[in-house]
Parts: sequence; structure tokens; C-alpha cells
Amino acid sequence: MKSATPRKGLLIDASRKLKFTFDGREYEGLSGDTIASALAANREWILSRSFKYHRPRGILTMAAQDANTLVQIGNEVSVFADRHPISDGLTVRAQNVGKSARRDSGFVMNRLSRFMPVGFYYRTFYKPKGIWEKVWEPIIRAKAGLGKLDVTKPTEGYYDKAYGWYDVVVVGAGPAGMAAAIAAADTGASVLLLDENPRIGGALNYARLASERDLVGEAKVHDNIEIWTDAICNAWYADNWLPVLRGNRLHKLRAKQVIFATGLIEQPSQFRNNDLPGIMQGSAAQRLIRLFGVKPGNRAVMLAANDDAYGVALDLLEAGVDLAAICDLRKAGHHGPLRSELTQRKVSILDGWCLYEARPEKGDLHVRGVELAEIDAEGTAGRRRRKIDCDLVCMSVGYVPAYQLPLQAGGKLAYDDAAAQFTIDGQDKGVLLAGSVDGFFDLDDCIAHGAVQGLAAAINCGYKSKRRPALPARDRGSPNHPCPIFPHPKGMDFVDFDEDLQVKDIKNAIADGYRELELVKRFSTVGMGPSQGRHAALATAMLVSKYTNRTINEVGVTTARPPVTTEKIATLAGRKFTPFRQTPMHEQHTAQGAVWLLAGNWLRPAYYGHERDAKRLIAEEVVNARNNVGMIDVSTLGGLDVRGPDAAEFLNRMYTFAYVKLPVGKTRYLLMTNEAGTVIDDGVACRRGENYFYVTATTTGVDRIYRNMLWWNAQWRLDVDIANVTAAYAGVNLAGPNARKVLEKLCDDIALSPQDFPYLAYREGTVASIPARVFRVGFIGELGYEIHVPSRFASELWRAVGDAGRAFGIRPFGLEAQRLMRLEKGHVIIGQDTDGMTTPEELDMSWAVANSKPFFIGKRSLEIRNKTLSSRKLVGFVLDRMPAAGLQESNLVVKNGSIAGFITSIAFSPTLGRVIGLAYADRLDANLGSRIVLRASDGSKHHAQVASPHFYDPENLRQEM
Amino acid sequence: MRWALPLQAIEELNVKLMTCPLNGPRNITEFQCHGEVHRQPEPSGASDHEWAEYVWMSNNTAGVVREWWCHTPTNFWFLAERNTVTDEILATFPVPADGPLGEAS
Repeated sequence: MKSATPRKGLLIDASRKLKFTFDGREYEGLSGDTIASALAANREWILSRSFKYHRPRGILTMAAQDANTLVQIGNEVSVFADRHPISDGLTVRAQNVGKSARRDSGFVMNRLSRFMPVGFYYRTFYKPKGIWEKVWEPIIRAKAGLGKLDVTKPTEGYYDKAYGWYDVVVVGAGPAGMAAAIAAADTGASVLLLDENPRIGGALNYARLASERDLVGEAKVHDNIEIWTDAICNAWYADNWLPVLRGNRLHKLRAKQVIFATGLIEQPSQFRNNDLPGIMQGSAAQRLIRLFGVKPGNRAVMLAANDDAYGVALDLLEAGVDLAAICDLRKAGHHGPLRSELTQRKVSILDGWCLYEARPEKGDLHVRGVELAEIDAEGTAGRRRRKIDCDLVCMSVGYVPAYQLPLQAGGKLAYDDAAAQFTIDGQDKGVLLAGSVDGFFDLDDCIAHGAVQGLAAAINCGYKSKRRPALPARDRGSPNHPCPIFPHPKGMDFVDFDEDLQVKDIKNAIADGYRELELVKRFSTVGMGPSQGRHAALATAMLVSKYTNRTINEVGVTTARPPVTTEKIATLAGRKFTPFRQTPMHEQHTAQGAVWLLAGNWLRPAYYGHERDAKRLIAEEVVNARNNVGMIDVSTLGGLDVRGPDAAEFLNRMYTFAYVKLPVGKTRYLLMTNEAGTVIDDGVACRRGENYFYVTATTTGVDRIYRNMLWWNAQWRLDVDIANVTAAYAGVNLAGPNARKVLEKLCDDIALSPQDFPYLAYREGTVASIPARVFRVGFIGELGYEIHVPSRFASELWRAVGDAGRAFGIRPFGLEAQRLMRLEKGHVIIGQDTDGMTTPEELDMSWAVANSKPFFIGKRSLEIRNKTLSSRKLVGFVLDRMPAAGLQESNLVVKNGSIAGFITSIAFSPTLGRVIGLAYADRLDANLGSRIVLRASDGSKHHAQVASPHFYDPENLRQEM
Repeated sequence: MRWALPLQAIEELNVKLMTCPLNGPRNITEFQCHGEVHRQPEPSGASDHEWAEYVWMSNNTAGVVREWWCHTPTNFWFLAERNTVTDEILATFPVPADGPLGEAS
């Protein structure tokens, strides 16, 4: 059934027709329509089924505030049908339904409602023990939840973030917000005016309101007012940090001043079947009429408790809706101009009557009529009744301020029981409220208040103005009914539409002893659904106050936390951006077939070749480096230049070893402990000159070590300059018995003989004509040269070393082979073979601690800790073969039924032909030849023999040759 | 020295401003707090107990404390006075050139 005349509305374009489907059926709408308005224009009112009882639900607010309108679009769940625009070919599905919103098998739950009392889950499913996990949870999980998400599908669309800075951000572009923005902008302040709707103007766009000022036009002519529509400020964080959702982009804004002009949220009345489709708020009907040109029904009953309702009634009449009656909760005596107009039009107005029950069509698919009752002396539904047929009920009984953002900003909510009105104050000093959210209900008052607050915000930012507008009076009465709740003995008088909670559920929760609002909330789940209590919080507070004989102010309302409305994880995640680092030789590794491994945030070759041959390839890389010559990219190694007269003294304090007497042209091992004496890093110090050290640090530790050094020197104030040159230098480690022969082909200004360039020496010169820092260290335990060059020469160095080594059968080796070879040598990796308690003594590395020094970080703590040694020690161990169960790092070392330690490194050594590893074990078992028990992940136990951790070449003959 | 976890994890929850003496006002996410300023006792003079107190114990003052902060993109260390009850940052300043770091604690 379509209306004959074309629709006319502020947001729609009647000349552009669009086709979309809902639950598989095709509908026609207009450009500018939301899903809900287009369906309503087609007389399709059912948008979803309720969470628990699967009751049909439709439009309540038309303002994207209620869960009734949540639908699924493609793989995106819980989209507001009354906010999301239609587009050609859009496929929309109802959520929480069996077949469709109209025909839902789950509706049987409606008849079971009396068997599902409040706190049902807590009461029912917990006995006998274990039944929840095994039986109930799977059943309930299948039934519960809104929408169906296919997590295997990739996220659609591009998401990103943006940042912005403003003097004043005004949230809400209604009359007060616009007036505030204009007043602030007039002083010269930079202003952002944002609104969640597609058009600024707020209630001016849909309510029966008219202002003498053209606020929209004034706001638009200001160059220093930026206007964002379809923008949601979803939270307030400290120092006015605002996350604003705008399409797929999350804007993070910093404002000197924020004005919340967030307005009001209209509240429903509670009566039997108050959730039927066709029952909506007055403002929802007005939005349908004015914004979308949709006639909300044919014959209406208006439930009123304020004069705004009369405006709605007149709008309905003008839209061609037959107005059966106005039922006014107030006693007689309200004679505004709107009422006179209604009486002139012979509309029947029942003063002091309430809506007691809405009568449904079959299947509760729509409202069919109402039963009104005269309100008796107690304020409840009396015996005088009247039945009226209708297909539309509009409610205008009161509002709550949209307090979510002000409360997040530290505002406190109080309730004035006499005026039935919330007040907010005490929010952060950078936050102002404007208009109806701050208790102004008259249009001109809102505009005047907005101007005052806008000016105040600008002045707080340091702008000047001679204007001093007057603050409007606050005592003009409130449009809120003190308690528009009329319980029905047969229930279905919903307090919370999201969670299907009726008046009796709140009452029973209180009867069960949950007298405090926060407890009622947790037990009944009221206000915990998608609309976060927007329509339930006040009604719940009213009921708790009524049944506990307290005022609403004493009862309070629950707090508001971010986010204000739904937000997508994709929006928060933004661009999928995982930063990683590549060495300057990356392309060459790729060309050589590297399989990558992430070390810290560096991409490093794990090995070279095909993954299916991993084991063989790694073993080959090891064998070639041990017996011939290999090369590895060590550019990721941390590098620090430490310069200045106090450089040696600085290292002496930072590290455990002694560096003052280290000769120029020599290197020395570095071991760092923290103030507690725990080992935190290692490396090599190369003395380039009397006052100049080149210091290496672990790949993953260098940034932290560098920062740590700066912190200490902020206190010591030694005359030293520290620079992190990690990225400035690239490096190749050339290692193996033939390493010297390879290097000889590349070097003509460094003497390479063992006498001229012995183990642990440091030289500078050129390698392949590239200026280089060269030093002999033995991480993998072979004759080896560490060659560091400026990064821009890195790929040239890699190529030159490869070319020079070709005659010797050089091959690159990756991180896997390197780790294996260092394990064969028993060299620890800090962070893998150490933990938060490891001392040098536990590692048998007391040789690297110069106790004769007056001070190093951790020295005093180690003196204390070494008095009573820990019960553990890092030991080497061997196994003849890997057990079938497999042994891994972190598997336990057990002794007499308790934990003695754990494995830190374990691997099959291709060089030695057996399984070797490092583990923390009982100190008493640290002697060579002792047996320790390793516990595999499956619980099986395996004996291993304690051995020297220097499994390979314990005399170091090979690395020192 | 144990370092706090990167602050990115809690970015959305705690996003105030801090004024770095070198770089001006920046989001708090760019900073790391390194705890109260602690006067290191003379290592050779301190008893084991005094030293352990220094390494492990913190005053956890409810009120205004002087703390170490680092602006992480520039690795600039400075001092701040912060009210630990209200989380209000009262002042930030560079490490005094030759003066004391503040009240010993």
C-alpha cells in the first residue's frame, strides 16, 4: 500500500527512487531515507524481535537511540535502521529472528515469559554443578546475541584515524549548540560544530518550533565554524580529548573548551504492551513526518504529559492522521495556545487519564487499539475505562537530559523530585553545558543559554568580547511527568525494551533484596542492553524509589561510561598498521630465498630456501659455517656511540665489567644488570679512541638501554654524549675457518694475520673500499669478523662479501642457524636464557663482574644477593635423542615432585649429533654428570645429563685461531 | 631497571596532556612515568636493609609527588610534580643543572 502523493520531507529527495531488500523482500525508498523510514513509508513497521521473548518491535525514537531498530547489513551486525541511509541494492536482514521479523519461530518465548522471572539465569542454570557449561550455555548461546557475524570474512572498507585541534568543540547542533558555536566564533575562536544527524538544526528540523533567528544560516556563514554532520562524539576523555566517529574514520580531537549541547532523550510511558509496533514517541512521529514525509499511522491516540504533545497532535492532524483522542496524564488546567487550537479542531482531550493497555493485532504484530483509564486519587489507573481503536500511539510524557557525555566529563547527576527533572553539575572545568541538557526547555531560553555558554568558552580560550548576554531564567517549569508508569497485573509493561524487563521484574528484584540501583541493574540486567538505559534508567529509578520509599535523588541513577553509542572495532583499530623494520640488505635476502622471522620488530632471515626443507637447510647452514665459511646480516644489532672525557667512567658505571683500562683497538664483553642486580642486557664495547666507545646492545634491548643510559646520566651528569646509531650502521658477521681468506680478498688496509688482528681486537679501515668498523668476536664460536659499515653501503658490503666468498663456497645463514651455533657454544641470549631474577652468578658469568670497581648499577644489590645464593643455576644438559613427546623451551625441570627450574634453550645439534640445551636446575645438580628430570608438555618425564654448556670447542681454539 | 609496558595499550583510556619542558604540550601517550624521585643512598654506607628499601620500596604518597618522566619520541628525561590523587600535573621542569633532584624520598 503506497501513498498516492509523493512524500515531502527535509531529508529525502522524491525524485530519486532506490530499491533495497529487507528480510528478502524488495522495497522502494527515496534518496535520503533511512532503512526505518523507507520501511515505514511501505507500511512495514516490524524491524526486529526482542531479545528474550522475541516480541515484534518497531520504531520507538527514530533517533538511533533504541535497540528495536538494530538490523544486519551484510556482515555488519547491529546497525541502527533509523540512522543508516538506504542505497540501491542494499540488503538488510532483521536480527534475532528465526525466519524473518514478521514470522519468527522464537515468538513461542513470549508465552513462556512467566516462567522466566527476573534473575532467571542466576536462579535456574547453576545446579547441578557443571550443567551450565555442558548443557545450558551452548543452548543459550545459540539463542542469544544480536546478528550473526562471520568472523572468517575480512573487514570491508578502509578504516583510518585523523587528528584535530580546536578552540571550542560544540557537540550537538540544535538551537543551543548552534547559538553557542556562533557566539564563540564571533570572538574569533576556531569552532567545530558537530551533530550525529545528517543535517544541523536539531529539534528545529522536526519539532513544532520556529525561531526568529536563522541559526543554521548564521552558523554556515562563519568561516571559523567547521560543521560536521553524521558525526558522533562517542566519549569524553581527560583534557577534552574527544573520539569522534565519522563514517569509517575515527577523529581524535583536542579542544581547549567543549560545549555539550546534547539535548534531551524523550522517555516512554509504561503500560501493558507498550512495546508494540505502532507505539512510538511523539518526537519519533514528528521526525517521520517532517524529515521523511512518512505518515506514521491512520488513526492515533496521543499520550500527553506536556505541551510538546499538543504540538505532536497538531502535526499528526496536518499529516492527515485521524486523531482519536489525547489522553493527558495531567489534571485539567493546561491552557496553552496549542491546546486552544486543538479544541477548535474538536479533538477530544481526556485530562487526568492514562493509557492502561495497548491491544495488539494477532501475533502482537501491531497496535490495534488502547484501553484508557482515569487516574484515581493514588495516581494509578482507576475503574473508569474507555476503549479506542487506533493503529498509532504517540507518547510525549517527558525527557531526560542526554547526560552521557557530561557525566563522563565528571558531571554529577542530581534529581529534583519536585520538578521531576535531572540537574548536572561539577563537570571538568573545560566543559560547559548549553540548552536543554542543562535544564532549559523553552526554545528562546535554549538559544540565549547557548549564546552565553559559547561566549564563556571563547573567553576561557583567551578571546575577548564586550558582549555580556544575560543568562535566561531557570524556573519555567518542566515538561516531565513525575511517574508515567501504570503497571498491569498481566505485565508486558516494559521498562527496558532491550532486555525485555517488565515492571514486575524490577519490583521482584527489589523484593529479592536488591534495593540499591546498581544491584538491581546487575541482577535484572536493566540498562545493560545496546541502548544503555537511555529509556530505562529513569523508569527504573522511579520504580526503585517507589518500592523502597525513597526519593529518586536518594536512589540516584547509574553512571555513564564510554562509549556513548555503538562503535566498530574496525574503527578503533583504524588502518591495519603493524610497523616492522627491514635491514638495508632485505632485498638481497629475498633474492636469496630467505624465510622471514620477526625478531623484535625486525624482519630477519630465519634460513634460506624452501620451508619444507627447513630442518635440512638449517643444518646445512650450520655445517657450512662450522667447516667452511658463512655470512649473516647483523644490522639489527643495537649500536651506541659513547663519546666524551667521561666515556670510560660512564661505561664502568653502566656495565659490570671494567673499561677504564681497556686499550684502544680492543673489545670487551659487556654485561648490564639493573638496580636489583638482575641481568638485563649484554654486548661488546669497542674502544675506538681514548674517549670514544662503540657499544653494541641486543636487538630488542637497545632502545630501552639507550633510554636507560640517558636517565642515569640525567643524574650523574658525566661529560659524555650518547647516540643511538643502530639504524646508521649495518653489519655482516663473516664466520668460519675460511673467514680470514675471504676477508683478505676485500681488505688492503687492515692487517689480518692472527698476530696483527687477534681475537677480541678492534680495527678500522676499509672492506671492499667501504669505511668499516671491524672486530673479532665469537658468538657462534668460529673464527669470525664483525664488519659494521654505514647503512647506505650495506647492500654493497653484502654483495662484496658474497662475491669474495664464492670461491670458498660461502653461504648465508639465518637466525635459526645462528641461535643453534651460539647454543652449541653455550652463549646465553639475554631474555631467553635469563628471566627477571637472573644474576651473573647463576649464569656462571661472575668473570664478567668487576667487583673491585667502586660502583656499577646493581653492584650493591649483587653483594646482598650473593650472600645467600639462589637455589638454582643455569646448566647445560644433553640427551641422546629428542623424546617422541618433544621437549620445548619453558618445559619444567622437576625434582622430588616439585619444580626446580625450566628449559630455556633446547635443540638438536647437527654438529654434535645429540640434543643439547640450557636449563635452570637445582644448584645441587649443577655438577657435570648429574642427572636432571625434564617434564614434557604431555607430562612425560625424561632424564637428561648435566654437561658443560660449552658443548662445542670448550677450549675456544676455533674462535681464537 | 624494569620498565613500564608501552602506553599504547591504554591509549584510549588515558589521554591527557603533559607539557614536556623540551617539546611543549603533548599527548600523555608519548610519555613514560618512571616513578617517584628516589634519592640513592651511598652504596657503601647503606645497610643491606636500607639498600633493599631503596631498590624495592616506593612511598606511594597520596598527594603531590615529584616523578621522573620521559618524552619517549625524543628520549628527553625531566621531572614532574603530580597529584597522585587527582592525577593533576602541577608542573614539569628539566633536571636542575647542578641542584638537587627534589625532596629525597
